[in-house]
Formats: sequence, C-alpha cells, structure tokens
Amino acid sequence: MSDNPLGVTRSESLLQRILDSDIYYSFSHSPITILSAVVTAIFFLSAAFAPWVAPHNPFDPATLDLLDAFTPPAWEADGTSKFLLGTDDQGRDILSTIIYGSRVSLIVGFSAVLFSVVLGVGLGLLAGYLGGWIDSIVMRLADVQLTIPAILVALMIDGVARILVPVHLRDVVAIYVLILAIGVSDWPRYARVTRGAALVERNKEYVSAARVIGVHPIKIMLRHVLPNVMGPVLVLATIGLALAIITEATLSFLGVGVPPTQPSLGTLIRIGNNFLFSGEWWITLFPSVALVILVLAVNLLGDWLRDALNPKLR
Amino acid sequence: MTAYILQRVFQALAVMIVVAFVSFLIFNFVGDPVDNMVGQEASFEDREAMRDRLGLNDPFVVQFARFVGNAVQGEFGISYRLQRPVAALISERMPATLELVGASALLSILIGIPLGVYTGIRRYAISSRIILTLSLAGVSLPTFVIGILLIYVFSVNLGWLPSFGRGEVTHVGWWSTSFLTVSGWKAIIMPSVTLALFQMTLILRLVRSEMLEVMRTDYIKFARARGLPDRIINFGHAFKNTLVPVITIIGLNVGSLIAFSIITETVFQWPGMGFLFIQAVGFADVPVMAAYLVMVAAIFVAINLLVDILYFVVDPRLRVDRTVTSGSGE
Amino acid sequence: MALLEVEDLRVEFPTRRGALLALDGVSLEINEGEVLGVVGESGAGKSLTGSAIIGLLEPPGRVTGGQIRLEGHRIDDLSYEEMRAIRGKKIGAIFQDPLTSLNPLYTVGRQLVETIRVHLALSLEEARGLAIELLGEVGIPAPERRIDSYPHEFSGGMRQRVVIALALCANPRLIIADEPTTALDVSIQAQIIALLKKLCREHKTAVMLITHDMGVIAETADRVAVMYAGRVAEIGPVKRVVKHPKHPYTVGLMGAIPMVGHDVERLTQIEGAMPRLNEIPAGCSFNPRCPKVFDRCRVERPELMPAGRDAEAACWQFDKEARRG
Repeated sequence: MSDNPLGVTRSESLLQRILDSDIYYSFSHSPITILSAVVTAIFFLSAAFAPWVAPHNPFDPATLDLLDAFTPPAWEADGTSKFLLGTDDQGRDILSTIIYGSRVSLIVGFSAVLFSVVLGVGLGLLAGYLGGWIDSIVMRLADVQLTIPAILVALMIDGVARILVPVHLRDVVAIYVLILAIGVSDWPRYARVTRGAALVERNKEYVSAARVIGVHPIKIMLRHVLPNVMGPVLVLATIGLALAIITEATLSFLGVGVPPTQPSLGTLIRIGNNFLFSGEWWITLFPSVALVILVLAVNLLGDWLRDALNPKLR
Repeated sequence: MTAYILQRVFQALAVMIVVAFVSFLIFNFVGDPVDNMVGQEASFEDREAMRDRLGLNDPFVVQFARFVGNAVQGEFGISYRLQRPVAALISERMPATLELVGASALLSILIGIPLGVYTGIRRYAISSRIILTLSLAGVSLPTFVIGILLIYVFSVNLGWLPSFGRGEVTHVGWWSTSFLTVSGWKAIIMPSVTLALFQMTLILRLVRSEMLEVMRTDYIKFARARGLPDRIINFGHAFKNTLVPVITIIGLNVGSLIAFSIITETVFQWPGMGFLFIQAVGFADVPVMAAYLVMVAAIFVAINLLVDILYFVVDPRLRVDRTVTSGSGE
Repeated sequence: MALLEVEDLRVEFPTRRGALLALDGVSLEINEGEVLGVVGESGAGKSLTGSAIIGLLEPPGRVTGGQIRLEGHRIDDLSYEEMRAIRGKKIGAIFQDPLTSLNPLYTVGRQLVETIRVHLALSLEEARGLAIELLGEVGIPAPERRIDSYPHEFSGGMRQRVVIALALCANPRLIIADEPTTALDVSIQAQIIALLKKLCREHKTAVMLITHDMGVIAETADRVAVMYAGRVAEIGPVKRVVKHPKHPYTVGLMGAIPMVGHDVERLTQIEGAMPRLNEIPAGCSFNPRCPKVFDRCRVERPELMPAGRDAEAACWQFDKEARRG
C-alpha cells in the first residue's frame, strides 16, 4: 500500500482553511485585529533584529556611561533625544533595553509554548489513540494539574530546579529552566483538545481500515488526527503565548526568572520598580507598558482567531 | 448523598497523600539537607551525626511515615533561612494571606458575575462590547503590573494609600486582622484590587460564555414559547443553570487567588505566606517550600471538596436515587 | 374568518453575501379547532414558519414581508412584550426534544405553576391545583405526587406529556407542535400523537403539526400543507392530498410512502435533492427535479392556485387547466 494519497488533499484543505475567505473577511473587517497584528509584527521583527533596530547596545559596557544614568525621557526637561525613553541607573537606554528585553520574553514565550504543544499534543494523541490505562493516567494528571494554577506549577518546578542546579550554573541554565517550567505548566489544555479529536477519529472507518491494512499507528495519528486538531491548537497556542509571556515576566519580576545579565521585560520592571519612589518612573513604567501592549495584541489576535475558526463560540 | 460525599473525601485524601509524597521527596532528596544546615566545612563525622539525628539514615518508608505524621501535626522542621520553626512562620503569616484572598475573592465574584450575566444577556449592546474589550485588557494586564501602576498613581503621585504592609493590625486570639483599623483598611485596598482584577475579568468572561451557552438551550427557547417574562427567564432559568460551572470557576478562582497572592504580596510587601514562599524559593529554603506546598494543596483540596458538595445542592440530577429513575419508565 | 392567517410571509437571514430568503411567500390558514399538518424535507421552512408565527425567529433571521394574523389581528408587527403576552396564552408551542425542553433544575410543578401564573390570575394554591389537574389530563399517573418530581425523574414519553401540559396550561387557541414525537421511541409516538389530538379536540385548540412524517399527518391532520424550498407547494384536505396529490412534488412524496392495500411493486423516488437557499433556481424552485417540467416553469414562479376541488397547488399545470375550463 502506498502512502495515503489523501495526505496531499488534506494539507491543501488546511491551507485553504487558513486562507478561507471567511477568515480573511473577518480579519479585514476588524480594525482592532489588524492593529494587533501590526503591533505583534512590530514586536516580533524588532525582537528578531534587535541589534540593528535598537539605537544602543545596552549590554556593551564600553558604550555605557554612568553620567548618562537616570536621564528622563526625551520630552521631559532634562531629557535628550539621544535616549528617547530615558535611561536607567546604569545609563542604559530604556528603548534599547525594551527591544532586547522583549527579545528574551518572546524567545522564552515561544519556546515554552512549543514545549507545551509538543508535550500536550503528544500525550493527548497517545491517550486518545491508545486509550486504556495510559489514557486514564495522562488525563487524571491533566485534571489534577488544571486545578493548580500554572504559575504555581512553574514556580515549583523553578524552585526545585534551582536547588538541583549548582550555584555557579544557575544563571547559565536559568532560561532553560524557565522554558521547561512554563512549558510543563501549560500542557494539559493541549492534551485535552488533542485527546478529544483523537477519540473521535480513532473510531472512524477509514482509521480502522488503515489499521487493518497495517499502517503504522504513528503514521495514522500524524496523518489523520493531527490535521483535525491544528485549528483548536493554534487558537490555544496563541492565547498560550500571551500567557507564557505573562508567566515569564511574572517569574522574572519575582526574581526567579531570567538573570539580570539577560533581562526580559519582567526583569526590567523588577529593576525599575526600585526607582519608582525616587521619581524615576520611566525605568519601570515603559517596560510595563511594552509588556501590556505586547500581551494585549497577542490576546486580541487569539480572540479573533478563536471566533474566526469557530463562529459558534461567540 | 453520604456515599457521594464519602467518595469525594476519599479522593481528597488520596490527592493529599500524593502531594505529601511529592513534598516529602522535595524535602528529603532535593539537595542535601545536611549541606544546607551545617555548611560546606563540616567534617564527615559531623555530617553522619547530623544525618542520624535527622533520621536520614532510616528506611525510606519510615521517613515518609514520620514526614506525614509531622505534617499532620503541622510540623515541617526549621527554616534554613530564618532558623525558626516553619509551622510558626506559616501560622503567623496565614491570616494576612487569607484576608487578602478573601477580600479579592469577594471583589472578583461580586463584580465579575453580575457583569458576566449582563454581557451574556445584552449580547449585542454597545455597553457589553465595551465591557468585553476592557475585560480583555484586564486579562492582558499581569498582576504585578497592575500593582505597580496602582502604587505609582495612588502612593507615589497622590499619596492616598500606603504602598506596602498591612497597616496597623489587631490581634484577635492567634489571628491578626487588618480590618479593625483605618490604616488596615487603607492598606488592603490596593493589594485586594490588584489581586481581584485579573480573576474578575476571567469570571466575567466565563460567566458570559456560560450564559450564552444556556441561552441557546431548548429549555430557554421553550420558556420563551410559554411566554415567561425575560426577568424570569434570565435570572430564574438561565442564571441558575450557569451556577454549576460558575461554582467550579469560583472554586478554581480561589485557588488561583492563593497562587497569585504570591505576586501581589511581593509587590506590596504584604507579610503573608506567598511572600514567605517566594523568599524561600529564592534561598532554596526547602522546609518552607515543602510546607507551603502541603498547605496550599490542603486549601485546594478543601475548596474542591466544598465545590463538589455545592454541586450537589444546586443540581437535582446529582441527588437522584437511581432506583427512582428506572422505576418511572413507561 | 380563520383562526390564524399567514399571508405571503417572507423570512430572511442576512449574510455578508446578501440576504438568504428562507421563507419566500408562505401563505396558509388554520381554522378554529383544526389540525393543520405541515410536511416537507428538512430545510423546507416548516419549523421556520412555526418560529415566525410565535415570534421567536433566531436572530439574525427576521420577517421581511407578509402578514400573520391571529383572530383577525396582526401579530407579526407586535413588540416583544406584546408578543410575549400572546405566547403561551393564545399560542402554545411544543418542541421536538422533550429531554431538553424542560429546565433540569426545577420540578415540573414549579415550571407549570410559573407558566400558569404568568398568564392567568390565580393564587399559588389554585395554580398548583390546576397543574395537578393538567398532569392528570395528559396521563401522568399519581399527578399529586409526581408534580414535585424533577424532569430527569420522568421517562422521555412522560416528559413530552409534561411539555404538552405546559403548552396547554393557559388554554391557548393554537398549538404549534414542531416534530413533537421525532425524538421519542416509536412505541410511544402514537400514544403522544393520540393524546395531543384528544386534548386539542376537548379544548377546541387548533394545532399546527410540523413533521416530516407523512404517516403521522395522514392519521392526525384535517388538512395538510406541503412545503418545498421555503414555499407552500400544495395545501388541502389530508385525504385528498394523500389520495390525489396535485403538485408533482407531492406526487413524488406520496409515491415514496409505502401504503397498505396498494400493490405497488416499488416505491417511486424523486430524483435529486432540494436546492440550498443560495441556489434556488429561477421560476418554480422544483423545476430541475420535476418530471412534468415545461418552459414556463423555468422562467415564471407559480403561486398557489386552484387545482380542482379542495385543492390548491403552486404549479403551472393547473393554470392551463384553469384557462381551458
């Protein structure tokens, strides 16, 4: 038996579904969605090309001058156009630290979501397709974890990892620990959706037929079940990205996230928070605003995507 | 009824034992407790003596049994960082956290549910759309950012409210409360609003989608066809049917509030369990972490049990005695 | 004057690709105490006609033309509140699925009493008495005890009986029964239909019985309206329509029903399927499937016209006859 010829038409129909006129219509008729797409794109691009986009390299000690420290934003009395959004206590340009910071936030966010999706979809496929005790164990685990807030799970994993890792390596592995912690904290949502779809597909005729003629179960799952969960998983992943960015920022703000040598938006807010009372509000407020705008834009996109892919849920 | 509740209680106990086990593993095997207590310079003999004294050379099962026995009595050892009994630390700080969580839970429920019902019923109204868009902004605002913004506006700029602490607390028995003094009330406003906002928007959105779901059902359609007034349909029929999911949401919500109180307590330096825990994570203070894990799990399990019992009160289908149903067939 | 007159009713669903005309000029009448069967394939507009009459079209659907008159008064242009007072009081409704028509969280007694007290000025005690009486009337055994039971404590058939009691409790002039037995066990369907018919005869209530089951109509209805693609294709007394169908669609429909006492070798079947709302052909909407189609059918749309004694059909064949005669 050759490869399922349906595979081709399936991927085509997926592409069609994404480019389907209904979705395009709802996109082009929602100014808020377009705006959030543009904002998200700006964040992504500036993060990807941070070294070229940022006006300064805030992490190159050679370019830093402590005399520049605590410069207010350009439009304030003591501001200078050299530092549009002002500088922090070490004279680093706030705009540049934000650009580099969102780079870290996005890298952690994306990696964590990817981790969750792979883990959740994988476990969901296994549970749904194989059923039996594997299904019970995986889904019970998901149920229990869903009752515990993700942030707490992430904190626990982070805390345990912190103890296991020798002190001198902590800063080096911090970012990976963070990705692991956030990733693990969010897998149950993907597992549930995938398992549901896998259960439905498993009982369909063509899947039994494929099984009878000896198509490998993994192939069946990848070919037939996976395409059916792409839509819901995409929606969950978009909202999950917003959540992951928030979780990362929160952990970093609490001081258990990325180290100050590689600050994310959350770390910047944490550092700036120390100067809130002494009047240097810009050090913490601008990164906060950047974080909120990024998360809001991604959330709006996710919201729109959910409505567009499943109008009934509105 | 009794069988149902007993079953739930057993489930709760099972969860607690699992949590206790995880907590025990963290406590005993993550890092070397002896290292943490005696420092790197101690001699081998000192260490062995210490191990014996701590019971670390006993069989695994004995150690676990001892851990559970101690945990039941609220005994979690000595904090590495503060060198004080963990039980005392936690009981000192628990009232602060519970008051904060209680105030936030009330705020988020009392505002979130009515707004959710409203936006569910007036689905196409402009006001509903505005509330929904704002609620999305609420979901996108990380708790700590809300706290910082509130502090910036009300403490730094306006100077109306304190930016940290509980204000003047009054001791009622072993409980310390901030609700009996003006400064206490002032101190809890910003932390509770900060903590409540995110949950409130979540409740609002979930209640709304539940309302929309129920409004589509046949029995609502039939209630309309019988000419019942909207007031009765919306509040008597629709809202009551959203209660089961809403109770779940509120149960989970209180759990989330406890988790997020860690953040709020850090921002406002609120002297609660969360602040204690986050400091423990930073210092790898294992006994405090383990104790916090067990405490929080106990609270979660208790809430879930309560939610299960509430279901029972709300939904007659759960109360059904199976013999009656089968006996009524035609 | 008929109890209910529907005249040239149009219902549209606006979409971004233009409005979909779901009902396109539906006209029918229901007389006092009469059972009018409405048949048709799913999507023909049967249920939509029912929903439009009780003023409960699912948004964004809306009435865009025609009139609905109850006892000579227009009801299609009433406000929501005015229409609400008519629903349950003058026009009752019964839906398809008795399992989901009742609120699971309230006892049937509470649902009955609340409906009764919305429409009739009765005390709590009196309303409860009436509720027990109604439950007894629809054949619930031991009604004074069962009144405090929850819906899930009844079987499907019993629940549909409760639904009928609910629809009847303010003694309405008309009941719209939308597939009242489809969700039920076959053995119970006949009982429910018989009950409905008996009660309506006793209360002199007219019934609009919406179903796709011609057998149910043949047994129950006085007259029948056959719907196709959002229009009435044929309307007339049941016996006549069953024995001497006029419209080619009805002819096909009758041919597809196995009849006792007819030695038909095989059942005839109409070729093709009903068109979707956005691709209704010009002229008569049945023309692509019609065995008797001629040129005029592809161009001009037929309205209901006399087609012999007791018969009205929307088909050009009968226009020729009319001119000849």
